[in-house]
Amino acid sequence: MITSSNNPILIIASRFLTPFIQLFALYVIVHGHYGPGGGFQGGGILAASIILLRLSLGTEKSEKVFRRTWGIPLGFFGALVFFSIGLLTMLFGGNFLEFDELGLLGFNKVGSHFYGILLIEIGVGIAVMSTIVSIFDNLSGELDGD
Amino acid sequence: MKKTPLIILTFFAVALIYSTSWLPNLGDPQSLHHREHSPIGSQVAADYYIKFAGQDAASPNIVTVILADYRAFDTLGEIIVILTAGIVCFVILRKNL
Repeated sequence: MITSSNNPILIIASRFLTPFIQLFALYVIVHGHYGPGGGFQGGGILAASIILLRLSLGTEKSEKVFRRTWGIPLGFFGALVFFSIGLLTMLFGGNFLEFDELGLLGFNKVGSHFYGILLIEIGVGIAVMSTIVSIFDNLSGELDGD
Repeated sequence: MKKTPLIILTFFAVALIYSTSWLPNLGDPQSLHHREHSPIGSQVAADYYIKFAGQDAASPNIVTVILADYRAFDTLGEIIVILTAGIVCFVILRKNL
């Protein structure tokens, strides 16, 4: 368990910065089509924002943002989003992760690739973010015997 | 700093810098990495990616298209690797499961 910091400047600065870091992380995930970025990088930045809260506010207060028990289940959920897109394309008659077949959802051929990539990146982002936070929580919880 | 690590590090630095002198120039069309056909005449994958990635997925970022479209199955494997690392940390480090 990490105890809360006594320094008000640190607490206020980290609470002020966190929304902007998270907004930038969402931008990196969604903007992966047009520039550098994608699920892995955006997930890493999201995890960094939550770890910043863990370090400054302490474990107890920052659990309002992301509970310690959510890490592993959300990681599985992210991988499941990825996997279910692949199964969906199989359901529509294609190969595993063959995005052409997403056209049955109402996209044209190029658009089905576009939105398939976007959905996959969102799944990757969720999985990476929650796994990194989970590893951090497990490492930090052990220090004081928890 | 001790002597032995210093000698080893210097040796590696010299070896790495020396090996970069063989690399082709950036964007050199004559380099082996940018050829359109392999020695036996088949088309090289990188050539296809550069030509058609933008049309296939309406995305100007070739890296994203390769990672999430052409090689999506590989990315699924990477996600599973990360998940496995998280689960192993959970199992080893948690005292009261």
